[in-house]
Amino acid sequence: MATAAAHAEAHEVHDHKPSFFARWFLSTNHKDIGTLYLLFAFCAGMIGAFLSFGIRMEMEAPGLQYFSNPATYNVFVTGHGLIMVFFMVMPALIGGFGNWFVPLMIGAPDMAFPRMNNISFWLTVAGFCSLLCSLFVEGAPGASGAGTGWTVYPPLSTAGHPGPAVDFAIFALHLSGAGSILGAINFITTILNMRAPGMTLHKMPLFAWAELVTAFLLLLSLPVLAGAITMLLTDRNFGTTFFDPAGGGDPILYQHLFWFFGHPEVYIMILPAFGIVSHIIATFSRKPVFGYLAMAYAMVAIGVVGFVVWAHHMYTVGLSLQTQSYFVFATMVIAVPTGVKIFSWIATMWGGSIRFTAAMHWAVGFIFLFTVGGVTGVVLANSAVDKYLHDTYYVVAHFHYVLSLGAVFIIFAGIYYWFPKMTGHIIPEWAGKLHFWLAFIGANVLFFPMHFLGLAGMPRRYADYPDAFAQWHKVSTYGGHIFGLGMFVFVIGVVLAFRSKERAADNPWGEGATTLEWTLSSPPPFHQFETLPRIVDEPGAH
Amino acid sequence: MMTPRANPGRGATRTAFACAGLAIGMIGLAFASVPLYDAFCKATGYDGTPRQGPALAASAARAHDSMVVHFDTNVAPGLAWKFAPEANRVEATLGETKTVFFRVQNTGSKPSTGVATFNVQPGLMGSYFVKIACFCFNEQTLQPGETLDVPVVFYVDPAVRDDSNTAHLSEMTLSYTYFAAKNGQPVTGSVANSASSGSKGDF
Repeated sequence: MATAAAHAEAHEVHDHKPSFFARWFLSTNHKDIGTLYLLFAFCAGMIGAFLSFGIRMEMEAPGLQYFSNPATYNVFVTGHGLIMVFFMVMPALIGGFGNWFVPLMIGAPDMAFPRMNNISFWLTVAGFCSLLCSLFVEGAPGASGAGTGWTVYPPLSTAGHPGPAVDFAIFALHLSGAGSILGAINFITTILNMRAPGMTLHKMPLFAWAELVTAFLLLLSLPVLAGAITMLLTDRNFGTTFFDPAGGGDPILYQHLFWFFGHPEVYIMILPAFGIVSHIIATFSRKPVFGYLAMAYAMVAIGVVGFVVWAHHMYTVGLSLQTQSYFVFATMVIAVPTGVKIFSWIATMWGGSIRFTAAMHWAVGFIFLFTVGGVTGVVLANSAVDKYLHDTYYVVAHFHYVLSLGAVFIIFAGIYYWFPKMTGHIIPEWAGKLHFWLAFIGANVLFFPMHFLGLAGMPRRYADYPDAFAQWHKVSTYGGHIFGLGMFVFVIGVVLAFRSKERAADNPWGEGATTLEWTLSSPPPFHQFETLPRIVDEPGAH
Repeated sequence: MMTPRANPGRGATRTAFACAGLAIGMIGLAFASVPLYDAFCKATGYDGTPRQGPALAASAARAHDSMVVHFDTNVAPGLAWKFAPEANRVEATLGETKTVFFRVQNTGSKPSTGVATFNVQPGLMGSYFVKIACFCFNEQTLQPGETLDVPVVFYVDPAVRDDSNTAHLSEMTLSYTYFAAKNGQPVTGSVANSASSGSKGDF
């Protein structure tokens, strides 16, 4: 890895900060916007978690306990999915950590377009407000809220939801989508044009690579979603028949468009996590990451192949055998670059002098859990198996292992890793580790039984089920409570960090932390790198 | 490598515009996919879309190989029509041109306009079910009590036996559904209307 030659004069005091309102509401500072994104993701995540709590409470026993109307249960499921995808994981990993650390890692003073950065954030907030509104207006007849699932398939989202709830949900996706596209343009421009002198693309830290690939995925996939949901909107309100067979349309076309976006979207959520985990593993193994170039290009490969596998979400629509064979094969190919990453992380740890800090716990836990989710992904890639497991809890287990236990674990890993850098305060290590063990045990107890439920035939998105499924649903709900307990430990850890007088060093992690953010103070000055750092090759670093 | 500045400068503007162009291009592609998908389905019979074309030469028919074609008729909620085929099924020699009549009747008390859509099952048969003439997609207005016989002229392409996906099939279904003509009426509106007018039937 490359390191920066020291340049003490760059972050001298002169830390003039604007007034509270101007600083947080009119913010153009990448670190402040990153902080706003993280706070926003936390708040949205709490609401999303509340909805999942409702789901788990209802599913604890057969029959209807808490929801008098199953349509409302579907609204909870839909809200949970949309919030966690668009308003928790994406804002945290891309808007939050991306804004905070991409400029720091590439040695840039700020993002390329700071005002556009501000617009991106507030568009996301506006989108979230629109989604919250949708919960309280009529959707399906006699129920409020959109109960369409996060996929918003017609005809359920058109003929099945006469009320305006689905329109609000569509606007939510439009707004947050526009915010994400602007953010993606900002990241690409920043990374391609504002790297410090000497930092070539092949010396750039892997997190910046991850955000670059993610930004391209966003740029290519989100407009397709925007187009598809716009057609949905006109089908609903202006009498077009894009997806309505009554006028010659085809609802299957929506599924193609949605998954052309939806599949890259899952990589949009996980690639930044891949970037973060690489830094954490390297830091706490006191070794540069194994196979740097392979790691970077594995992400590029995942991004490229991610665009040509979408129909594996649609094996049940009647694709020809040849089409299915292609999508099975293409999907399995993705396991290759993903395997390159998993093995490189293990190879990075191999022979390293490992320190099991809280952040390292989360990163190693991630590798294990993501591998479990990846393996069930390869199972589901088989169209013959998938026809049996389609829309069962097996699928729910699969994508929660890669997202809830993958992306979310790395969000926490990133917080424990960068919290001293971002705030100058230190979360007690015991809190991070206790939080990890509660989350690790809780999430496994929560999601592993879902594999059994799915294999036994329990379908997704139903508020009630036969008694035969009761045992594992009960276990699963207990797991949810354990995971929820961990969140309290997290909050306590953060509170203790701010109350403690202990201050973080510039580089609290020592020798292994080689990226540029650790050369700055903790927290970094309001404006950094006014004199650009110069990247020199460390002999023997590769 | 260009020298980066605090002010990102012209290179950055160019990158940003290229990115914006890419995003707008992808929106364009999303909308272009509608006619492209339609054309693709019609050309390949994908997703159970029957092909349309002229009759085969009599010599292309295979006398000793046939396919039983079942007919399925539906009327969507919101349209007070009766709709039935003259026969529930016909046996069609591969390549032979067949004509089947369907009878529609307006059982309501008001004139109404309907439009029919069609599909074949299994979906993979779409490529081999060729319609020469059809009433589908033409709006039809029927007076109260009026009855109309509408023809479908089709043949089953003998090439069905050369495709490993369909070679084993001996039966298929052609399904028609009459919808109330929308006249630009939104989906949600028409559902609300049909619900309030008290017509029965669910999706």
